[in-house]
Amino acid sequence: MDTYSLLREFADSWVMLSLFLVFIGVVFWAWRPGSRKVHEDVANIPFRHEDKPACSGGCKGSHGNDGATL
Amino acid sequence: MWDYLKLIALGVIAVLAAIAANYARDLAYLVNALTIMLAAATAFIWILRTMGDSLPASQNEYNDGVVRAGVIATALWGVVGFLVGTTIAFQLAYPALNLSELTQGYMNFGKMRPLHTSAVIFAFGGNALIATSFYVVQRTSAARLFGGNLAWFVFWGYQLVIVLAATGYILGATQSKEYAEPEWITDWWLTTVWVAYLLVFLGTLMKRKEPHIYVANWFYLSFIVTIAMLHIVNNLAIPVSFFGSKSVQVFAGVQDAMTQWWYGHNAVGFFLTAGFLGMMYYFVPKQAGRPVYSYKLSIVHFWALIFLYIWAGPHHLHYTALPDWASTLGMVMSIALWMPSWGGMINGLMTLSGAWDKLRTDPIIRMMVVSVGFYGMSTFEGPMMSIKAVNSLSHYTDWTIGHVHSGALGWNGMITFGALYFLVPRLWARERLYSLTLVSWHFWLATIGIVLYASSMWVSGIMQGLMWREVDSQGFLVNAFADTVAAMHPMYVVRGLGGVLYLTGGCIMVYNLWATVAKQPRVASASVAAVPAE
Repeated sequence: MDTYSLLREFADSWVMLSLFLVFIGVVFWAWRPGSRKVHEDVANIPFRHEDKPACSGGCKGSHGNDGATL
Repeated sequence: MWDYLKLIALGVIAVLAAIAANYARDLAYLVNALTIMLAAATAFIWILRTMGDSLPASQNEYNDGVVRAGVIATALWGVVGFLVGTTIAFQLAYPALNLSELTQGYMNFGKMRPLHTSAVIFAFGGNALIATSFYVVQRTSAARLFGGNLAWFVFWGYQLVIVLAATGYILGATQSKEYAEPEWITDWWLTTVWVAYLLVFLGTLMKRKEPHIYVANWFYLSFIVTIAMLHIVNNLAIPVSFFGSKSVQVFAGVQDAMTQWWYGHNAVGFFLTAGFLGMMYYFVPKQAGRPVYSYKLSIVHFWALIFLYIWAGPHHLHYTALPDWASTLGMVMSIALWMPSWGGMINGLMTLSGAWDKLRTDPIIRMMVVSVGFYGMSTFEGPMMSIKAVNSLSHYTDWTIGHVHSGALGWNGMITFGALYFLVPRLWARERLYSLTLVSWHFWLATIGIVLYASSMWVSGIMQGLMWREVDSQGFLVNAFADTVAAMHPMYVVRGLGGVLYLTGGCIMVYNLWATVAKQPRVASASVAAVPAE
C-alpha cells in the first residue's frame, strides 16, 4: 500500500474517531460538576484590572520597581 | 549593548537593501528595496537619537502607547480601504473611471482590487486585531505586554508589510493568489513580524496574574497561530532571483488550488472570524457591563469552530478538478459550521439579556449588536452557498461578493467601529466620546450602506446566475456574457452608492474620534496618568 492510501485510511478512521472523542471530551469538561463557580469567576475577568496590572504585594499606590515579582 | 546590536543590524539591512535596489530586475522590487532601505534608515536614526534616555518601563502600568498607535492606524487604513473600495465599485459601473489613458493602466480595476481587499482585510482588520489583542491580553492577564519594545516592532513592521504589499500590487508584483497576493519578499517579512507578534502575545499570557486564560485570548491565540501556519504553507514559493520580485509556487495544479482555498477560507475563518470573536468576547461584555451570557457555551463555541473551520475550504472549488469526495467533505463541514457560529451569535446577543434597554440609549452597543447580527446572517448564508446545488447558481456571480461584504462590512466593520469607540476615550483619558449623535449618524449610514450593498448584489448575482444558465427550446444559451454585464449596470450603481454611505460613516467616525481627543480636556485616570506622551 502506498503512503498516501495508508495515511488516508488511518486519517478517516482512527484519527477522525479520536478527534471526535476529544471534542466530546471538551463538551463534558465544560459541563463537569463544579465548573460553574470557576466559569463565573473567569467570565468576570474583564471587569478586573481595567487600569493597572495586578501586583503581588509591595507595590501599593506606587509606580516603584516591582521587577522582583515578575 | 542591545541598542548597538540593533544599530548594526539596521545599518546592515539598509546597506543590503541599497545594494538590492541597485541590482533590481523589476520596478516593483526596486521600490520595495528602497522602501526597506528608508524604513531601516529611519529606525536607525530614531534608535540613535533616543539611545540611553529611556528608563525601563514600569511593570505596574499597561503598555498602551502601541495600542493608541494601532487605533489611529486602524481608523486611517479603514478610510483608505473604504475609499479604494468605493472607487473600484464605480470603476465597474463606469469603466471610463479606470482612466486607463491617463494612468497607463496602473490604476485599473485589476490592480486596485487587491489593493482594496488587502487594505480592508489586512490593513484595517489586521491593525484592529493587533491593537485590540494587545489591549485585551493585558487587561485579562493583569500583566504588562511581554517583550518591551517588541510590540512596537510588531506595529511598525506590520505597517511596512502593508506599504510593501500595496506598492507591489500597483507596480505588478503579485503571485495572483487571492488574499495572498504579496510576493516572496513581503511574505518573508510578514513571517518575521508574525513570529514577533506570537512571542509578545504568548509571553504576556505566560506571565499573567489571572489563573485562567479568558476566552477572548483563546480566540486571539488561535488566530495568530493559524494565520502563521496558513501563511507559510500557502506561500511556499521559490524566488526566481534574489534581485527580482517574481517567485514560482512549489505546488501546481489542483494541489495548488486546494492549498490556496484551504488558506483562503481559513483566512476568513481565523482572521475575520476567530480574531474578531476575540473582540466580541471582550468588548460586548464590557460595553454591556455584564459578563458573557454563558462561559460554557463560549468554550464549546471555540472548540467547535477550531475543529470544523479548517475543513471548509474545498467549497470554493465545487465542480472543478478537485476530487468529488473533497468537495463534498468541504460542503458537509461548512454546513456543520452553522451550529457553532450561531452558538457564538446567541452567546453574544444574550449577553445583553437584562440590559436590552441599552439598545435604545447606547449607539455603541447598537453597533455591536448589529455586528453580531450580521455575523449570524453571513454564517447562515455561507453554509447555504456551500451546498453544491446552490453553489452551481451562486458561484462566480456577484452573490459571493454580496455575501463577503455582509460579513466584512457588517460583522468585521461594525464590531471594529464599536471597539474603536470604546477604546479612544479610555486610551486618551477623556471622559466620554465627543458626540454620540455622530455615532448614531455613523451607525445609520453604515447600516443603510450595507443593506444597499448586500441587496443589490443579491439581485445582481442571482440574475447573473440565471442568465448564464438560461437555454432556449433548442438547447442554445440565450444570453451572451456581455448581456449579463449590461443587465448588471443599475445594481452596480446602487452598490457604489452603498459604498459612498459606508465611507461617509467612516469619515464621520474619524472626525468624532479625533474630536474626542483634541476638543475635550484630559481627565485623571490611573491607566494613563503616568504614561508619557508618544
